[in-house]
Amino acid sequence: MSRAEIVAAILWLGVTLYAVLGGADFGAGLWDLLAGNSTNGEPPRALIDASIGPVWEANHTWLIFDLVILWSAFPLAFASLMSTLFVPLTLAAFGIILRGAGFAFRKYTRPLAGRRAFGATFALSSVITPFFLGTALGAIASGRVPAGNAAGDPWTSWLNPTSVLVGCLAVATGAFVAAVFLVSAARRQGDPDLERYFRRRALAVGSVAGGLSIVGLFVLAVDATALYNGLSGRGLPLVVASLILGSTSLVLLARGICRGIRVVAAGAVTAIVWGWGVAQLPAILPGSLTIEAAAAPSGTLDALIVISIAAAVTIGPSLGLLFILDGRSRLQAGH
Amino acid sequence: MLFDLGPLPPANLLAARDQMAVTLGFHIVLACLGVAFPTLLLIANWRAIRSSDADALRLARRWSRIIAVTFAVGAVSGTVLSFEMGLLWPGLMGRFGAAYGIPFAIEGIFFFLEAIFIAIYIYGWDRLSPWTHFLSGIPIALSGFGGTFSVVTANAWMNQPAGFTLGADGQVTDVQPLGVIFNNATWYEAGHMFLAAYMVTGFLLASTYAVGRLRGRMDRYTRLGFIIPFAVAAIATPLQIGMGDIAARAVFTDQPAKFAAMELVQTTGPNTPVVVGGILIDGRVVGGLPIPGLGSLLAGFNTATVVHGLDGIAPADQPPVNIVHLAWDTMLSAGFGLLALAAWFGLTWIRRRELPTSRWFYRFAAVAGAASVVALEAGWIVTEVGRQPWIVYGLLRTVDAVTRAPGAIASFVVVMVIYLILGFATFVVLRSMSRQGADDTADGGEPYGPRR
Ligand code: HDD
Ligand code: HEM
Ligand code: HEM
Repeated sequence: MSRAEIVAAILWLGVTLYAVLGGADFGAGLWDLLAGNSTNGEPPRALIDASIGPVWEANHTWLIFDLVILWSAFPLAFASLMSTLFVPLTLAAFGIILRGAGFAFRKYTRPLAGRRAFGATFALSSVITPFFLGTALGAIASGRVPAGNAAGDPWTSWLNPTSVLVGCLAVATGAFVAAVFLVSAARRQGDPDLERYFRRRALAVGSVAGGLSIVGLFVLAVDATALYNGLSGRGLPLVVASLILGSTSLVLLARGICRGIRVVAAGAVTAIVWGWGVAQLPAILPGSLTIEAAAAPSGTLDALIVISIAAAVTIGPSLGLLFILDGRSRLQAGH
Repeated sequence: MLFDLGPLPPANLLAARDQMAVTLGFHIVLACLGVAFPTLLLIANWRAIRSSDADALRLARRWSRIIAVTFAVGAVSGTVLSFEMGLLWPGLMGRFGAAYGIPFAIEGIFFFLEAIFIAIYIYGWDRLSPWTHFLSGIPIALSGFGGTFSVVTANAWMNQPAGFTLGADGQVTDVQPLGVIFNNATWYEAGHMFLAAYMVTGFLLASTYAVGRLRGRMDRYTRLGFIIPFAVAAIATPLQIGMGDIAARAVFTDQPAKFAAMELVQTTGPNTPVVVGGILIDGRVVGGLPIPGLGSLLAGFNTATVVHGLDGIAPADQPPVNIVHLAWDTMLSAGFGLLALAAWFGLTWIRRRELPTSRWFYRFAAVAGAASVVALEAGWIVTEVGRQPWIVYGLLRTVDAVTRAPGAIASFVVVMVIYLILGFATFVVLRSMSRQGADDTADGGEPYGPRR
């Protein structure tokens, strides 16, 4: 593996973590949005609040990690995609700021009207943001982002069948993983009603995501042939793995088995993210830029590898501690 | 491969600059709170445990709730900045990302640690033992320090680019990460910013308790809430001015055009005056109070020191002089005003071991928070506007870095609206939190407490 490939793999790891953890936080926002009026919606919203409250900022930081690695290691790719995808990424940035602020403000606001307004801001932007991020990924994957300062089409690059598909998939998978996480949280809290509530939703949105993926294959075959060939060629094992893990998680859900389900659901997302990465190798911007051509000089890559190791050593244990403490508090609350 | 430039849509440059200025100017205030607030909180927390001080404990609890809000807003507004690096300045990132990006990558670690330990600390009230809880706060303060250092390093690099070689095509070829990080401007900029964070946080927080005191709250809780942040800010103030002096001399040697704009220096030569106030119109200084020779004296400890004037700098390479000069004067005025207030506090304390009793002291203290924010923003205007027309000093012009995507104007307008609402909402939420009774366990109780 070359240095550039190592850093690309680190970047992909960061993207995976954000897709799973950040995606689940977005998904939780979707469930918040759909939880109904303030009386009926109170129990699910409280569970959502308690489970993403302590962790969302940390999960969100994976996005920062991805951005800084991308712009340092592959500056040309970063500059090209940020400028061509100016519109969806600006909208995603707005969504991010509204969502975080809305969530934090809701927590500390007392009047119901204020809580509603902040809550709605949080929930709506939780749906919009992953959609736009997804359309941007779709644009890259379907080879619509050429190298250069705003060299691609500002509109059709992300308003096209593949982009819309990936946008919807991003929302649906986030909602699915979130629902699975919430099923487990409800189980740990010993709340069978909420467990059933989120299980039903997980099954529904899981089926939607599955259906979308099948439709998606046809879309890709027509709209993004190179990606389709990659996914059905080199990426096939990972695509199959994702299908198996996805179906397994649905079966586990349907049977009411909680053990390991979070890992299986996260695995399904992980497999598809890596499937995409493998499918477009050796390109970072398919059709115009390879990983090697976009890579920064070796001094930068070495520094990034060292920084990533330092990050793993410091952040890993700290994050573990946070997740453990977070899990334990919910156990206590069950009593 | 060189990063191509397309045609520049009209007004993109102006819109992008203004958007950058607004979003940075917003983020930096919250960033200051993120850097220094945890330390103040830990001081209160330490006191609470050591001396079983119930008032200190109430302060610490209340402050930690406020941090939960300001940190969230700081984190999302910082994320917007990260997007903007590419959205607005793809020419900068495309050409120099390999060097300029490294400090940001380091910053990422610190932000991660900060986010994790803030969550642990806030969650840890009543769940961790008091000292363990206290210890879980220390990484927050440390990562605030590390985060400032790394992100300001990136800015310092824009002023004093170093640690790389340019290939024949103008693309960065060889990168020495340590050279990037420890560039000429790193030490003084990072030190100055770090102290600024403590001043801003200390004075802002103390302001609110000074207002309380003016409204007649004289209890021990209010007094302690005033004294901890004010003392920290008062200690930081003289250090900050010393640091600013070092910075000014470094700018004098390394960035002559910026220095000439700051001091309104027209002609190169010795015996350069300092002009307090005044603006430049058609090459002449209008208004203002010139102090003969002081410019040369401050720059080189000798009135014979030659200072470069704007006459030696091509008009196309000059920054907007008046903005830089007025911002510079504003920072200095605020800085010396705060120094006087800090001295008032310090002398009274040394003589009587007591707070000043004069209402005027608290009136000034009540505006000290705003004054320190003004100094902060003005300082950044000096740094950023004074670097123009360069985005990377001497190497890349801002106009060559800006995005070619149509729509920068629309984005700027929406940003203005969102940030106005955001600023207003932040203010309202914080104010309503400070009005909720001092025993704030009502509502969500502790922020991330278990379900009741
Ligand atoms: C509380 C805030 C505060 C206060 C009281 C002062 N400053 Fe400052 N100053 C800043 C906050 C600041 C800053 C944090 O906003 C800047 C912007 C970039 C930087 O490194 O620090 C800055 C920049 C800055 C620069 C430009 C550095 C550059 O462009 O590279 C100089 C020369 C000074 N300052 C000098 C001073 C002096 C002589 C002061 C004495 C009164 C002073 N500052 C008070
Ligand atoms: C480490 C921190 C910072 C970095 C990396 C940074 C980076 C940048 C960049 C890339 C630009 C656009 C290019 C240019 O106009 O030169 C810019 C412009 C600007 N920034 Fe900063 N900035 C930082 C901190 C700040 C802060 C805290 C402020 C607070 C007010 C600020 C104020 C401005 C202003 C006013 C401009 C517009 C200058 C002009 O175009 O005339 N900056 N900054
Ligand atoms: C002098 C300038 C700056 C300082 C001192 C500073 C400091 C901080 C601090 C302390 C935080 C933690 C959040 C908080 O406490 O509110 C933060 C958040 C953040 N800042 Fe800044 N910042 C500066 C400028 C910038 C710039 C120029 C960028 C990006 C280009 C940036 C990107 C971020 C990001 C992405 C976060 C969120 C991290 C997270 O998710 O926790 N900051 N900043």
